[in-house]
Amino acid sequence: MSIDTTSDNNPVERRQRPLEGFHWGDFMRNARQVGSAVLTFMVIGWLIWRGAAAMEYNWQWYRVHPFFYRIVDGEFIWGPLYWGLLETLKLAIVSGILAILIGFITAFARMSNSRGGGLIATWYLEAIRNTPLLVQLFLFYFVLAPIFGIDRFWSGVLCLAFFEGSFAAEIIRGGIQGVDRGQFEASDSVGLTVKNKYRYIIVPQAMPLILPPLTGLLISLIKHSAIVSVIAVSELTTTGLNLISDTFMAFEIWFIIAGIYLVLTISLSMAVGQLEKKMNVARKSNNT
Amino acid sequence: MNPAMNESSHTPPLVEISGLCKWFGEFSALYDINLQVNSGERVVVCGPSGSGKSTMIRCINQLEEHQAGTIKVDGREVMPGMKQIEEVRRDVGMVFQSFNLFPHLTVVENLTIGPIRNKLVSKTEATERAMHYLERVHIAEQADKYPPQLSGGQQQRVAIARSLCLQPKIMLFDEPTSALDPEMIAGVLDVMIELAEGGMTMICVTHEMGFARRVADRIVFMDFGEIVEVAEPETFFNSPRTERAKLFLSQLLGH
Ligand SMILES: Nc1ncnc2c1ncn2[C@@H]1O[C@H](COP(=O)(O)OP(=O)(O)OP(=O)(O)O)[C@@H](O)[C@H]1O
Ligand SMILES: [Mg+2]
Repeated sequence: MSIDTTSDNNPVERRQRPLEGFHWGDFMRNARQVGSAVLTFMVIGWLIWRGAAAMEYNWQWYRVHPFFYRIVDGEFIWGPLYWGLLETLKLAIVSGILAILIGFITAFARMSNSRGGGLIATWYLEAIRNTPLLVQLFLFYFVLAPIFGIDRFWSGVLCLAFFEGSFAAEIIRGGIQGVDRGQFEASDSVGLTVKNKYRYIIVPQAMPLILPPLTGLLISLIKHSAIVSVIAVSELTTTGLNLISDTFMAFEIWFIIAGIYLVLTISLSMAVGQLEKKMNVARKSNNT
Repeated sequence: MNPAMNESSHTPPLVEISGLCKWFGEFSALYDINLQVNSGERVVVCGPSGSGKSTMIRCINQLEEHQAGTIKVDGREVMPGMKQIEEVRRDVGMVFQSFNLFPHLTVVENLTIGPIRNKLVSKTEATERAMHYLERVHIAEQADKYPPQLSGGQQQRVAIARSLCLQPKIMLFDEPTSALDPEMIAGVLDVMIELAEGGMTMICVTHEMGFARRVADRIVFMDFGEIVEVAEPETFFNSPRTERAKLFLSQLLGH
C-alpha cells in the first residue's frame, strides 16, 4: 500500500550529490569583508591611542597581569579579576536558573484559568517592566534585604532573577502559544491530564521556539549583572572600580573589563549557536 | 446486521445529546441538537461547510464547551469544566482532519503515551497493544519512524490506531480523509470499514458517500447549526425529505 523508500531498487538513493568545490569568488568576498573590519578597528584603535597620547595618558599595560594572577615564591595566586569574574559567573548562573523558574511559573500562572494566579502574574510583570532596574535593586537591598535578612549577594541575585524572569515569562508564553492548537486538542483527546499534556507534548515542542530568545536573555543577564556593583557585590565591575581607585589605571582596566564581558558573552552565544545547529540537524533527520 | 443493535433496546444509548446549544460569542453555532447513538451504531454526519458538524462532535469530548443542553457519554453527563473529563475522553477516541500526531514522538510512542501516562497499563503492555493496533491499520513496519516521515494516509492510520489504543467505547471522526491526496483515501476508508465491521460505535463527519452507504446505520444531515434530517442511507440519498438536503446532495454530486 505504501511506497517503500528503503528498498534496493530505489533509484533516488543512487543519485549522489557531488561534493562542493572551492569557490574563489566566495573566498575573495569573505576576505574583503574581514579585511575592511580589521581596518576599521585599526583606525579606531589608532584614534584612541592618539587621543590618550594627547592627554599625556601614561599607559601601563605591563602592570596589568598581576590583576589576573601572581606567582609569589613559586606559589600561584589568583588575582582580583579572577575572583571578580568568578563572582559574576556565580551571580549569572544562580539568577539565570531562578529567572527561568520564575519565567515558567509566571507564564503558566498567566495562561491558567485561575483568576488569582493570573492577577499576581500580571501585577508582577507590570511592576518589573515599569520601574527602573536600579530602583528595583535599591528596593531589594535597602528595604527587602533588612526585612528578610538576605545579604548583598542574594539581594543582587534575586533582583536580577525577578527582572530577567519577567522577560523569560513572556518568551516562554510566546513559545507555548506557538505550538499548533491541534497538539493541545490531540493531547486532550487521548485523555492526558493538564500536567502531562504540557510536560510530554507541549513544552518539548515549545523548546525550539523558547531556547534561542532565552539564551539571548541569559547573555543580557551577564551584562545586567554589572549593575549590582552599586550595592558592592564583589563581582567583576566592582573589582574593576576598586582596582582603579587603587592604581588610577582607568583606561587599561576598563578595556580589560569590557574585554572579559565580551569574551564571556560571545563564547556563550557561539556555544548556543553550535547547540542549535545540532538540534536543527537532529530535527531535520527526524522530519525528512 | 449487528448484534449490538438488538441489545440497544434495553441498554441506554452510548451517546445521548439533548437540547444542545453552542454559541461562539454571539454566533449560534449549534441550536437544540438532539441525537442518540446506541452501542454498535454507525452514524455519518454530513452537511454544508460551517453547518456545525465539527462543533457538535467536539462537544461530545468537550474540546468545545456547550452553553445549554445535556450530553451523556455512557450514561455519564459531560459538562464544561468538569473534573474528571479525562476519564470521559479516554472512552471517546477522536480522529482529526489534520491528523495531529505528536511530531516529536515516534509512531509507537504516539500510541503508547496515552495509555502509559494515564497509568492504564504498564509500558510493555502498552507497546504490545500499540503493535497490535498498528498491525490492524496495516502500518506496523513504520513503528519507529517519526510522523513527519510518513505520508498523509499513513499518518491518519496512525492517528486511528492512537485512538484505538485507549480502547474507547466510541470513535469520533472529523472529516478524516478530506486532507488526503486522492490515492491515500482508500487506505484510510478501508481501515474505518474494518473498524465498523468489527462492531465499533462510530460518529463520522464525512462527505465520502460510498463509505456512508456502505457502513452507516443512519445519516444525520445538518445545516445552520441544526439537525435537519435523520434517515437511513438509502432513504437519504435516494429520496431526501427536505429541500435543504436535496440542495446539498445535488451540489455534492454536481461537482
Ligand atoms: N473557535 C471558533 N470561534 C468562532 N466561531 C467558530 C469557531 N469554531 C467554529 N466556528 C463557527 O461555527 C460554525 C460551525 O463550525 P464547524 O467547524 O462546526 O462547521 P463544519 O460543519 O464542521 O464545517 P466544515 O465542513 O467546513 O468543517 C462556523 O460558522 C464557524 O465559523
Ligand atoms: Mg468541520
